[in-house]
Amino acid sequence: MPDHTLPSPLFSVDRLTKRYGESTVVNDVSFQIAPGECLGVIGPNGAGKTTTIRMCLGLSTPDHGSISYFTRPGLATSALSMPKDALTIKAQLGVVSQMDTLDPDFSCAENLLVYGRYFGMKDAQIRARIPELLEFASLTHKAHAKPGELSGGMKRRLGLARALVNDPRLLLLDEPTTGLDPQARHLMWERLQLLLQQGKSILLTTHFMDEAERLCSRLLVLDHGKKIAEGTPRDLIAQHLEPDVVEVYGVGAVALMDSPVKQLASRVELSGETVFFYTQDARAVLEALANQPQLRTLHRPANLEDLFLKLTGRQIREDA
Amino acid sequence: MSSMKTQSVWRTPELSMRFWPVFLRNLLVWRKLAIPSLVGNIAEPLMWLVAFGYGMGALVGQVTVGSAGHEVKVPYILFLASGSICMSAMQAASFEALYSAFSRMHVQKTWDGIMNAPVRLDVIVLAEMLWAAFKSLFTVTAILGVMLVLGISYSPKLLVAWPVLLGVGITFSCMALIFNALAKGYDFFTYYFTLFLTPMMFLSGIFFPLEQLPAVVRSISSWLPLTNAVELVRPLFMDQWPEHPWRHVGVLVVFAVVSFWLALALTRKRFRG
Repeated sequence: MPDHTLPSPLFSVDRLTKRYGESTVVNDVSFQIAPGECLGVIGPNGAGKTTTIRMCLGLSTPDHGSISYFTRPGLATSALSMPKDALTIKAQLGVVSQMDTLDPDFSCAENLLVYGRYFGMKDAQIRARIPELLEFASLTHKAHAKPGELSGGMKRRLGLARALVNDPRLLLLDEPTTGLDPQARHLMWERLQLLLQQGKSILLTTHFMDEAERLCSRLLVLDHGKKIAEGTPRDLIAQHLEPDVVEVYGVGAVALMDSPVKQLASRVELSGETVFFYTQDARAVLEALANQPQLRTLHRPANLEDLFLKLTGRQIREDA
Repeated sequence: MSSMKTQSVWRTPELSMRFWPVFLRNLLVWRKLAIPSLVGNIAEPLMWLVAFGYGMGALVGQVTVGSAGHEVKVPYILFLASGSICMSAMQAASFEALYSAFSRMHVQKTWDGIMNAPVRLDVIVLAEMLWAAFKSLFTVTAILGVMLVLGISYSPKLLVAWPVLLGVGITFSCMALIFNALAKGYDFFTYYFTLFLTPMMFLSGIFFPLEQLPAVVRSISSWLPLTNAVELVRPLFMDQWPEHPWRHVGVLVVFAVVSFWLALALTRKRFRG
């Protein structure tokens, strides 16, 4: 595995381990985030993503390892560490957690005002920021609406706006688009890309490979609490997968598992009624299948979803 | 590799002024609901007072209070009012630190949201405790106002009773937060009310003088926080000073400090993951 030590990280996690009784939920995980970078953490349910985030926030104490935040990236003496300096670090973080923690009794504007006060900000200072935050979240017209009157996407954007009230340098986002419709997801992605352009850093967990591919400059794959891969989306795909995939389904597709066509691909997988041929040369596979017109084929480049399934397996997890 | 020791939940509370924005948050929510909640908070205690005070009062006439040699006869309504205001302080504080705090902590996940900002759990627990005490003081103030209108007592020492009642609210907020930390759901609080608070109401000399009770029960009663609250507040209603003020204040302070520490330890345990 290549060494991903960055020259001047903003945030650095070193050999993090967390045990609950006999089970090790996070096992020797290290990663770093550079200023302006978006690091994606992907992995099946129960892989240790949320526990890792909780430790990064100082809400849970690791059994081993260290978590450092650099007020001046590149300067070792500027390092603060979790959970010792939790309050100082959190003053420079923005967090959107998986569960909705918005105040149901407050309007959007009041939610922002009240949250800003937790950072020790003056009311006048927060009030001056509220219009731009609402505009960023496309909620200007909903300034006086309560969360109960908002759609799922609006609530999530309000959560993001709230996390930005203290103008943080690093955002920790735990599954920011889970449960949103495509329009709301795209708007959320657009906003996150805007933040990256402004130079903010993002640590994001997600189940959506298109989200990871679109937003993240680097990915960390966790499974059973361990880091099993790390790199840019393109590098990871090139490193672990054949470039082409031919998906075959329809009558007789399953029988291909015992046919000579299998020899033409470097790897063949069966999932339900669909056969996946992973190959360097899709043409040979497609030609061999041409005489079976009842089969339906889909030829596409290998993507992150293939990578994810190869690394973490196709079986459903017990707690999924 | 550095190894970290998980901190003890019993460590000293780490408190700061950051409790204020959390307190303000609760105040802002409540401001929107203040009038209906005020009606609920004072209507019931006043009904008790009027029904029992005037109804029973007509049967009972006067009640003798004070220790041997210092007996004073007072109208039953004054006896009852001075005790029941302590009961109201207890109930208002307990209700807020149980049902309302639990809603914010467990149901709405408000505390989790706050902890993503630079605010410690210890400070949130402190803010909730002071908030419940404040709400209890608000209820008590409203009831005192009505008692003045009814002419139950015009003692100038009521000005001293007022901060004492804030202290009573603080003590019961701290105690209730222990049960908040242990609760899995709202049902759990029924036990606290029926097994602790209701029996205490009958053993603290609110409805009848403690002299009516057997000696064994009286010796237990003298250590109950509500008894000590009543012993402090009742003389003030009669324009007298309590006989052993520091003893009663001491009992309340010990209950408050020990309960707050225990509540904080249990809450830290609840949130430790």
